[in-house]
Amino acid sequence: MEHVWEHYAMESAQTSAFPQVRDDDEAVRLCRQGYRQAYGFLVKEYMQRAYFCALGLVGSHEEALDLSQEAFVRAYRAINRFELGRSFFSWYYKILRNLCLNHIRDKKLHARSFSEIGEVELSRLQDERQSVDTAVEQTELREKVWTALHQLKPADREIILLKDFQDYSYKEIADLLEIPIGTVMSRLFNARRNLKSKLERIYP
Amino acid sequence: MTIEREKFERLMTAALDGELNADEQREFEALLAEDEALQKEFLQYKQLKEVALTMKLKMPSQEVWDRYWLDVYNRIERGISWVLISIGAAVLLAYGGYKLVEEILRDTSLNWAVRLAMLSLIAGLALLLVSVAREKWFTRKSDPYKEVLR
Repeated sequence: MEHVWEHYAMESAQTSAFPQVRDDDEAVRLCRQGYRQAYGFLVKEYMQRAYFCALGLVGSHEEALDLSQEAFVRAYRAINRFELGRSFFSWYYKILRNLCLNHIRDKKLHARSFSEIGEVELSRLQDERQSVDTAVEQTELREKVWTALHQLKPADREIILLKDFQDYSYKEIADLLEIPIGTVMSRLFNARRNLKSKLERIYP
Repeated sequence: MTIEREKFERLMTAALDGELNADEQREFEALLAEDEALQKEFLQYKQLKEVALTMKLKMPSQEVWDRYWLDVYNRIERGISWVLISIGAAVLLAYGGYKLVEEILRDTSLNWAVRLAMLSLIAGLALLLVSVAREKWFTRKSDPYKEVLR
């Protein structure tokens, strides 16, 4: 029986019935006309970016999944307030960010350890054939950086995650946070300085 | 903060992120060549950046992405159901309350003190409900992004 309902839900949510959805604005227009399925175009387009932004902020897979989905639901409810022609993700990101920050404040979350939610980017390792000792040291260092990162103010953590973990350009960060590029650079510098002093303080 | 220091911070940030153009690169190298403390500082930030670059958040399984839109869709659908249930419940509660008050006022067999207590209880509950609903409504309306740090 459950299988039948699951199938029905899949059919209802199917976005392939909207081949005319070509871009974000088109999808938003269809949503406003009451075609919920058209929203699938936007969700599928941005779900991974949304999830990783939330994961960086809250530091837990389950919470990031839940919050990024909830933000999509809220964005859908507020879809009439979206200005056509602007970036959907930037608009959505404000809702997501707000949700995550409220969640952090209310739940006093503790981020999971890096080994639980992260992995090593092998292509970035300077020497892949490092000794066991060096590898252990590096693993410890990554855990320390992750712990210190999660002790920073959310705004500092956010900008470091966007730049260093998710590789957004200055322009993309400026669009997301609605600040000039110069401010992105100064906020990035301050955040890194705070991270460095946090590391020096907790791991002298 | 001196202008030189400000310039160094801006150039160093761009250097760490690989965003320096040729002129800025020369300017930055000249600044570093003049001052050992700046060289040391740059090296520390560079090491931190290198560690951060080796850290990547894990990609969830394909199954998570396959269900993602369906979960959002279900939530949207259920949200609409909750709105309808809430409207229905509010109307029924208001009507029930009205009928109850009418009945209490009409029923002369009850002691006046009991009638008064029942009316007071109903009025109190109604006020409480309105007050909570109003608080929720205004908080949501007036300050939707109060936690957003700019």
